[in-house]
This record gives sequence, C-alpha cells and structure tokens, in this order.
Amino acid sequence: MIEFKNIKKSFDGKDVLHGLDSKFLPGRTNLIIGSSGTGKSVLLKCMVGLLEPDEGSVLYDGRDFTHASRNVRRDIRRDIGMLFQGAALFDSKTVEQNVLFPLNVLTDMPKDEKLDRVNFVLKRVGLENVNQKMPSEISGGMKKRVGIARAIVNNSKYLYCDEPNSGLDPQTAILIDALIKEITEEFNITTVVVTHDMNSVMEHGDYIIYMYDGRKLWEGDNTQILDTTVPELQDFIFSSKLVRSMKKMENIK
Amino acid sequence: MHGIGRYFIFLGNLFIKREPANTYLKQIMEECIKVGIDSIIIVTIVSTFIGAVTCIQTAFNLVSPLIPRYVISLVVRDMTLLELAPTITAIVLAGKVGSNIAGELGTMRISEQVDALEVMGINSVSFLALPKIIACVIMFPMLVILAGFLAIMGGYLAGTLTGVITPQDYIYGIRADFQEFNVFFALIKSFAFAFLVSSISSFKGYNTSGGALEVGQSSTSAVTNSCIAILVADYLLAELLL
Repeated sequence: MIEFKNIKKSFDGKDVLHGLDSKFLPGRTNLIIGSSGTGKSVLLKCMVGLLEPDEGSVLYDGRDFTHASRNVRRDIRRDIGMLFQGAALFDSKTVEQNVLFPLNVLTDMPKDEKLDRVNFVLKRVGLENVNQKMPSEISGGMKKRVGIARAIVNNSKYLYCDEPNSGLDPQTAILIDALIKEITEEFNITTVVVTHDMNSVMEHGDYIIYMYDGRKLWEGDNTQILDTTVPELQDFIFSSKLVRSMKKMENIK
Repeated sequence: MHGIGRYFIFLGNLFIKREPANTYLKQIMEECIKVGIDSIIIVTIVSTFIGAVTCIQTAFNLVSPLIPRYVISLVVRDMTLLELAPTITAIVLAGKVGSNIAGELGTMRISEQVDALEVMGINSVSFLALPKIIACVIMFPMLVILAGFLAIMGGYLAGTLTGVITPQDYIYGIRADFQEFNVFFALIKSFAFAFLVSSISSFKGYNTSGGALEVGQSSTSAVTNSCIAILVADYLLAELLL
C-alpha cells in the first residue's frame, strides 16, 4: 500500500501542491487524473523521491519514505518500478540489456536465472524475438512494453506509470492500459497511473483521484465518476464528445 | 559561487553510497576505449604537427651562430614535456571527450534516463560519472606520453627532412641536460587535467535541463569551462612544482 499524507510542495514561492492525502491499495489500478499543470507529475515525483515535498510524508506499507535515511530509501526504491512517459530506455543498450539492467545492478542472481527472468517478463508483456534490438529500432508501443518489463523484472511491489499511453495510437494505448491492469492484478502490485486519458479512466480506474490546482477535488472509481457533482471534474471529463455521448446514453437508459 | 558550490556537492556525491566496485568495471573498460583508443588518431595528428612546428619555429628564431643547433631539439623536448604534450592534449580532449560526456549525460537527463536510475535506487551521479572520470584519469596520462613521444618524433622528421638540424644534433639535443622531473611534471598535469575535464563535463551534462538546445549549450559550456580550468590549473601547477 502507498499512502501520502499532507503533501505540500512549492516552487519559487508558488504553491503547487496544497496538502494532499490519499491511500493506494495493492492489486488495483490507482489513477491520478487532472488537466495539465495541476500538479500530477509533481506529486508523482514527490512519491518516488525525485522531488522532496516541503511538508508531509509518503509511506510504503507503513515505511516512511520521505524522512527515511538514505539506506532505507534505497531499499524502498528497489521495490519501485516506473514506466516513464517516453519509456526512458537506455539508448546504448539492447532491449534485453535494458530489462536485464536492474537485475545486474541490484541483485546477485546467477546469469542464467537473470536471462530466464528477462525472457519471462518480455514474454509476459507480449514481446518475443526483440531481445537484441536497440530502442531506436522498435516502435513507441514496444518501447512502453519494454519499459513495463524493466519496471517489473525485479519483482517490484509498486509500479508507477507516468502517462503510459501518451504518444500512442488509440488501439495501442488500450493494449498498454490493459497490460498494466493485468500485471497489477496478476502480481498484486500497487499501481499508480498518472493520466488524462478518459478511456483509461473509464476502463481501468479502480480508484481515481482528481486533482485541480494542486488539490484533490474528488476521489472514487470509474463507476461513480460520471455522476460527479464537482463542476471542475465535470468540465474535465465531459470535454470529450465521446464521454458526453456515454453520459447521454446512460441517462436514456 | 553557487555553481562552484554545486560542483563540489556533485563531486561529493560521486563517492557517497555508490554501487559495488564490480558494477563499474565493465563500464570503466568501455569508457577507457571511448576516451583512449578512440582519441589516438586525433592525438597523433595534433602532437606530431605541434612537434614539427615547434622544431621549425625554434630553428627560425635561433639565428645566432653562437648557439649550437642541438638547442633546437632541446627546446622541442622541454616545450613538449613541460607544456605542449599535457596542455594541448588536454585541450584537444576537452573538445572531443568533454563535449561527448556532456552531450551523453545531457541527453540521458532530458530523456528521463537519469530519473530512471534514481527511481531504481541507483546513485546516478556515481553510476554515470565515476566510470568516465576514472577512465579519463587512466587514459589521459597514456595519451600524454604518446603525444610527447610523437611530438619529439614530429620535430625530428620536420627538422631533419628540411635540413634545419642533423639527425645526430637532434638526438644529442634530446638527451642533453635531461631532467626526469619534467616527465613526472607532465604526468601530474595530465592527471589533474583528466580529472578537471571529465568532472566538469559530467557536471555540466548531468545538470542539463530543457531540451535539445540545452544539451548543445551544456556541451559548449563543458568545453569552455574545461579549457579555462585547464589553463588555470596549468599556471597553478607551474607555480607550485617548478
């Protein structure tokens, strides 16, 4: 479980996060949604330790990450996998070397066992026979799959995905979303996805928090979101013609 | 001052909570090849011509019949060992290796590869920069030794082929009044320059923010700052050790 309490962050005197609290449970796809510039990525960076919150703390299964010593942080971080917006694969390494990387650096596993694990996760994300390809030789969707494989290869307990379907065609985006959900349930991972894609929200939002101007304005799941009475959230979700039509059909029913 | 402070914090982070030493061995070998083997051609060309030019220009200036001809090669030797081999090689390598380091780390920074390392719990500063710095500290002195030898050979070829000095005079001058400390001094300089070029370039690349334009700016800044640092260190080492 990931929990954050009273997270505050400001840049140059401008408050970006105004005391956020929430809990993300394992085995569920937890979504952080909101328009651009509302502080989603800042919150995500505070949670993984790429930014330090001014106040508040982030807890991983009860372990305080924010105020922990360097060694404790390091241990917690080794349970975290992250899929970056642009996949952030190492350009100079092959697909196999990219996925192998966390095992090489963080574990003492025998070489054969590491390769078996790499092949297992690559197969699990639907990639076979691409082990020796360079990141520049594969498509955007495949890069995201490799990114997911790298994030889970070390048996991560927590998976963060920063806009996993940005830059992908709708069909591939749906496949990537589905893959994240399957992996979350299969390995009982606590997954946190930052997105503003309404399709992801409606398909996979087991738990959703909506952020607006650095505040949490709403929380719930994908069955409740269309009935929201929060005007800002209504503006956000009904800006899509598709969702407006869905709502209309629901009302007719 | 703020930048200098951040540079020293960066240097401190190189050695704090780094990964086990065996993690770096393969990387250090790869970096040694990039820094050393891949720089041999440019070092060969630059040092040979510098030796040749030094020989010809020294001969051009020594017009007095009272000065023996072997002084030409003596000057080439001391100029090469004391200044040209370590300093010019370091400046050439600041352009080649320094810009490469800054560009590579800058690109990794803007494409979130550095963040990916941090999220995995890896000290990205030491993981990325330390192998480059160690490789430079290993390879620069070797390149400086090569540059010194080739510059003296370049002077020999230019001097003897143009007839400004005989082969016997040249070899006599190379051996005359030789001080071993000059070689030691050149090596001390090469270690210092290697550390400055690699650490400044790593610092500039690592702290890149923005996009492709900023990566280019970081590379330029890495080269200019490295060159300035080389010249300042060159003066300080000369004052301290000579």
